[in-house]
Amino acid sequence: MQLALLLQRTRFYRRNNEKSCYPTGSQFHGGNKLIPGPFTYHPPSSVAEAIAVLAAHGDEARPLAGGHSLIPMMKLRMATPEHLVDLGAIKELSGIRADGADLVIGATTTQAELIKSDLLAAKAPIIRETALQIADPQIRSKGTLGGNVANGDPGNDMPAVMQCLNARYVLHGKGGERIVAARDFYQGAYFTALQEGEILVAVRIPTPAAGHGSSYEKLKRKIGDYATAATAVILTVSGGKVASAAVTLTNVASTPLFAEEAGRLVIGSACDAATIKRAAEAAKAITDPATDGRGTAAYRREMAGVMTARALVKAFARAKTGA
Amino acid sequence: MNDMTPAQREARLEGVGCKRKRVEDVRFTQGKGNYVDDIKMPGMLHGDFVRSQYGHAKIKKIDTSRAKALPGVIAVLTAEDLKPLGLHWMPTLAGDVQAVLADGRVSFQNQEIAFVIATDRYITDDAIQLVDVEYEELPVIVDPFKAMLPDAPVLRPDLEGKMTGAHGPRKHHNHIFEWTIGDKEATDIAFSKAEVTIKELISYHRTHPSPLETCQCLASFDKIKGELTVYGTFQAPHVIRTVASLLSKIPEHKIHVIAPDIGGGFGNKVGAYAGYICSIVASIVTGLPVKWVEDRMENLSTTSFARDYHMTTEIAATKDGKVTGLRVHVLADHGAFDSCADPSKWPAGFFNIVTGSYDFPVAHVAVDGVYTNKAPGGVAYRCSFRVTEAAYCIERGMDILAQKLGMDPADLRMKNFVRREQFPYQSALGWEYDSGDYHLAMQKAMDAIGYKALRAEQKAKQAAFKRGETREIMGLGISFFTEIVGAGPSKNCDILGIAMFDSAEIRIHPTGSIIARMGSKSQGQGHETTWAQIIATELGIPSDDIMIEEGNTDTAPYGLGTYGSRSTPVAGAAIAMAARKIKNKAQMIAAHLLEVSEYDLEWDIDGFRVKGNPSRSKTMKEIAWAAYNSPPPGLEPGLEAVNYYDPPNMTYPFGAYFCVMDIDVDTGVAKTRRFYALDDCGTRINPMIIEGQVHGGLTEAFAIAMGQEIKYDEMGNVVGASFMDFFIPTAVETPKWETDFTVTPSPHHPIGANGVGESPNVGGVPAFSNAVNDAFQFLGSTHIQMPHDAWRIWEVGQKLGA
Amino acid sequence: MTDTIEQVAVAVTINGKRVKRFVDPRTLLIHFLREEMNLTGSHIGCETSHCGACTVEMDGLSVKSCTVFAVQANDTEVNTVEGLANADGTLHALQEGFRQMHGLQCGFCTPGMLMRAKVLLSENPDPSEDEIRFGIAGNLCRCTGYQNIVKAIQYAADKLNGRAQKEAAE
Repeated sequence: MQLALLLQRTRFYRRNNEKSCYPTGSQFHGGNKLIPGPFTYHPPSSVAEAIAVLAAHGDEARPLAGGHSLIPMMKLRMATPEHLVDLGAIKELSGIRADGADLVIGATTTQAELIKSDLLAAKAPIIRETALQIADPQIRSKGTLGGNVANGDPGNDMPAVMQCLNARYVLHGKGGERIVAARDFYQGAYFTALQEGEILVAVRIPTPAAGHGSSYEKLKRKIGDYATAATAVILTVSGGKVASAAVTLTNVASTPLFAEEAGRLVIGSACDAATIKRAAEAAKAITDPATDGRGTAAYRREMAGVMTARALVKAFARAKTGA
Repeated sequence: MNDMTPAQREARLEGVGCKRKRVEDVRFTQGKGNYVDDIKMPGMLHGDFVRSQYGHAKIKKIDTSRAKALPGVIAVLTAEDLKPLGLHWMPTLAGDVQAVLADGRVSFQNQEIAFVIATDRYITDDAIQLVDVEYEELPVIVDPFKAMLPDAPVLRPDLEGKMTGAHGPRKHHNHIFEWTIGDKEATDIAFSKAEVTIKELISYHRTHPSPLETCQCLASFDKIKGELTVYGTFQAPHVIRTVASLLSKIPEHKIHVIAPDIGGGFGNKVGAYAGYICSIVASIVTGLPVKWVEDRMENLSTTSFARDYHMTTEIAATKDGKVTGLRVHVLADHGAFDSCADPSKWPAGFFNIVTGSYDFPVAHVAVDGVYTNKAPGGVAYRCSFRVTEAAYCIERGMDILAQKLGMDPADLRMKNFVRREQFPYQSALGWEYDSGDYHLAMQKAMDAIGYKALRAEQKAKQAAFKRGETREIMGLGISFFTEIVGAGPSKNCDILGIAMFDSAEIRIHPTGSIIARMGSKSQGQGHETTWAQIIATELGIPSDDIMIEEGNTDTAPYGLGTYGSRSTPVAGAAIAMAARKIKNKAQMIAAHLLEVSEYDLEWDIDGFRVKGNPSRSKTMKEIAWAAYNSPPPGLEPGLEAVNYYDPPNMTYPFGAYFCVMDIDVDTGVAKTRRFYALDDCGTRINPMIIEGQVHGGLTEAFAIAMGQEIKYDEMGNVVGASFMDFFIPTAVETPKWETDFTVTPSPHHPIGANGVGESPNVGGVPAFSNAVNDAFQFLGSTHIQMPHDAWRIWEVGQKLGA
Repeated sequence: MTDTIEQVAVAVTINGKRVKRFVDPRTLLIHFLREEMNLTGSHIGCETSHCGACTVEMDGLSVKSCTVFAVQANDTEVNTVEGLANADGTLHALQEGFRQMHGLQCGFCTPGMLMRAKVLLSENPDPSEDEIRFGIAGNLCRCTGYQNIVKAIQYAADKLNGRAQKEAAE
């Protein structure tokens, strides 16, 4: 779905600091037609079957959800899996439900389904607000939550939102099920805690407190773009003061960022201008954005601050003041 | 007929001035358009390029063996294969040569190195991955100013020692030409005497036309007949046929070039590209049809950039704001090869329209073209040749002058406009402006937008900003442009030696319906609709009974094609003139039928009637039947005519554009609150289509001004050449457009029409840029370079301490 | 490489007609439609899922068929512009609206735009201008500046809702 980083790694772009990747005389294959390489197709009907196929083929196999991250990579031949395991037919992977204190969203639930969900709109409206800012209608009808959070693209919006919600990812592999917190999942651009042969089957979100306020403020050049910088905020208010707050950032580092300090700073405040400014500074301090078409690193860092300030103000205004 | 009122008869024609619904839409809305990639031929192969990773490198070795071994691969062509045919290099329209396939060296990233031909596009792509190329990197130059440094690396060793090019002397090994015009001495004197002068480097960044359909073609060589058929995305199919004949030595009558429906052009599809040559060669070599389809990244990074003009602009004026001289020096970055698509004698296009709408007594322009390691091209992206650069230069310059004088920029323009009574007006740089009423248009626009109230609002906002009450500032951008379109008169315009006339052939069938063919080629402009309207008005046959055909070089008369807003001024005139030939003959036939002298007849909407006795008349339909059934004795039967129209002058559409913009200083995000565009394109053939053209051109102008850029890094990498980064606005970002018009018919055009397609791009860019500049002026800014994307606007605010 | 790959059966209902074909699994849906089914109305403008010229309707949703494998369309209902006209052969309100309101020029984006608009109106039969603009933001048009496309969709909405349609451009 989101191609900037992928494109930057293809023949069409050599990064200054990667000169050594292409020494003089290197073999270079320019000019492909955005056609994926050949693969064998597997459409398993259960998670167990999918995991068995993935296990049988090791790193030659990749799972396919909505395809809007993987297919572009395959077109650029940056991903050339020999076996593609289509998760589309696995019914158990899709759906949104409340489960005790959690909201559970199946991995292949599409962005369009997130937007249409009354349950999410009522319990965690930040998910709908974010999904509406991802890509465009067509892509939202194929792109999945699982794909968005699992592939480790720092431009994706849902990882930061899941960190903000303190979600947990349910992973299945040969060894069975394990749970990894969203805040622990991301290790670098396209590097995550997901192990070979594992698939993300669901996201478990602790249902945010009733009356909480949230906001996802995303600065982008146009519809369909990655964030220049974006901030997710969820907070609760009690007696006119912030009682709890989580702040996370999108696309201003190689992973989503949990801006713990920024959240801590607003607790106890009424989100006055001085506090907001301090929180924005704290958020900016942990960013490490790249200079790209969206702007210089300095600009994008500054925008992380502006988005943080705006998201905090909006979330505070949306929160219901508790007793 | 007789039971219809004259108004009903007139309306039934759907002629000039009618908002006729488009003929083309019937097929396009049902998915029945016929674009190049929709065409399939038996045995068709697919060809595509291996491209250079490097901006500048020697090619040490190309190993195609692994690719050739892949099942389904038919051939892999390299420069070595084209050499025996003399086709490894091709001449450009600008008098340079360009490598078809890299001949031992690549000079820009994504340059074509090898052409892989296979049975389907999937296998072609697989095979491209298997061609191994060994490079030796060379130093890269992407900055035209650095290209002209004495010790800059030689970018075109094939030209080393040749110190004269197609346009005169070269003064440096990376220099292409110097083109000057105007009175240098008188201009220098004007500046030395000037009370006030301004000087600013105004850059117009590199961008790309990027129509939604990329460049593509399908070539099929019939060995038995020795005939070549080429379907392609050609804005100028006849020129392509001539070029193909000259290069391939296949006689021109054995080449059939067909431009079917084209998915937008905007200048991108004027040139001749390596893909066309290689498909043709591949078809000759294999004996099978070969299709070539660009992908989007190839399109953005190889076939024809636009702009990349760096204009050092000086204006001299009196203290009270009367301009006394203009001096412009341009450094023009033409990329690795000079393949600019301009009329032969105009290496900088019609940049000498740079005096704009203003009465400059003297002016001087010098343009230096230079080579860099960037893609070649230099097409007119929805503008007549280099006219948008000129319009941007002068409209920005006038704002800078107004600022220095402390004058309102609208007042400064009003003070310096060429006045109505001065037309025809001889500009200081050699053009004869045929017509215009600039004061009228400007006043109408200022009234419509509410200019004074907006300036007052802006002043209040500036005060509030300075008091720290808001972080939003407001800009009001003005652009009053004069275009020069309709290339062009044979006395000064040709392409490859062929005069830039255009043509029409009209044939009336016995039953009174019509087929007409032109040398122009629509890429979305709706010629099938509007050309019929001209004929309908001229000949009194309803538009719905007229079929328009373009793009098939076997049937259409020779024409120079559609670009530079030339279709209406040139082909449109040819249509009217061909129709008038028919009308003359029809009058003779009518006189015969009515048994009166032809001088006793007068034209009446859809036929001829006897003067003083209107009940005696013959409709054109009746006359058509008679032309085939009972022509007057001695008169040749039939009713058809051809006209090749050599325009006596260019046409000079103009307009007044206003942009109201709000800028969030904290993010640099600019929002266009209002955009008002008044266009004067002379006679309005189809107001609905004109409005559509203006909307589209303004949207392109908005994109260009606000961020659409083809950018290179220092290593010669083309950055952001995909629709992710290359700014094509969606419906959400695109402003809402308000359109308006005045009508000043061209005095020399048969129906007074001027051409309009490009005006909004030409006039729109300065309006947007002036709005951004205007917003920051009160903080001390003089000139902000385009493009104005958010991060750059934010940086301006930072630098100004906003 | 390709020889060793097993072809996969795809059964899909296209414009109401069920078809079954064996395809190379990597075949993109847009190529399946254009090359295999000869439905060339859907176009390819960018191949990177930005332009929307390849938009088709799949099980009631809009998708960009350049970024969907044909095998993913197995057992789905796909509608393309070729199937947009009414069953009686008359034009769909959107097709009529695009012509009446001058919602197209070169025509290249039009099939994708129409198919997107169809789903948009099925989800939101009476959209505001802003909703239309947001709803077609996955479809790029280089010619029209969108203003008349918005009007064309409003025209269709008016017609489908039984209201009088507004007069064309200008």
